[in-house]
Amino acid sequence: MTGPAQESGIGRDPGLQPERTRLAWRRTTLAATVAAVLAVKAALSGGPSAAGFVVCALFCGLWLGFLAVAHRRIRALSESGQPTVLTPGHASAAVLCTVALAVCAMVLVF
Amino acid sequence: MIELVRNVRLWFAPERIKEEGTTPDYRFSLANERTFLAWLRTSLALIGGGFAVDQFLPDLRWAWRVGLALGLLGAGVLCALRAVNHWIRCERAMRKGEDLPVSRFPALLSICVAVVAVAMVVVVLVGWEG
Repeated sequence: MTGPAQESGIGRDPGLQPERTRLAWRRTTLAATVAAVLAVKAALSGGPSAAGFVVCALFCGLWLGFLAVAHRRIRALSESGQPTVLTPGHASAAVLCTVALAVCAMVLVF
Repeated sequence: MIELVRNVRLWFAPERIKEEGTTPDYRFSLANERTFLAWLRTSLALIGGGFAVDQFLPDLRWAWRVGLALGLLGAGVLCALRAVNHWIRCERAMRKGEDLPVSRFPALLSICVAVVAVAMVVVVLVGWEG
């Protein structure tokens, strides 16, 4: 496999650190998708209703927010050269999406 | 407590972390990032577990079902917040060349998960008739 790093003349990281980090983000989006699917199922379990659809849209929005954060980081990690370090704002954004999902879930369950 | 407030301020002021110490080897930062992501996945799994308890054990008594679901969801929230806090602390320790922070959170979380698992077994066996 010829990565962008090789084409630009910079040696490939022998530990494949950026690739591993990228795949870790990918796994995390998969976990978020599973949680979001369960959330949507819970929101629509009481039959179709206006409130159910609003909650459902909220969960979808949070999921999309998480995907956007992950996608930006994956793009940054795919660039050639030395990868940039994760910023605290970025990490907080991912965590905020997760916490918001859990808080909505608590309200829904209760 | 003051330490925690300082860390929370750092979450939202990314440029401030660069003021301290020297930038470590980027591979260490990426390893720290992967650890953060692993904790975030744990948190998402706990949240998914909360939904699963609520959705797939409908025959349980309301109090048991909601209690277990809220417990799992609460653990998910704690785990996510702790993930970002621990990431910040590790990043700062690496910049300053200090030892990485130690934590009893993994032990607490595993005990909680074990207790919830035992509770689930008891609830599924006993609570069915209720």
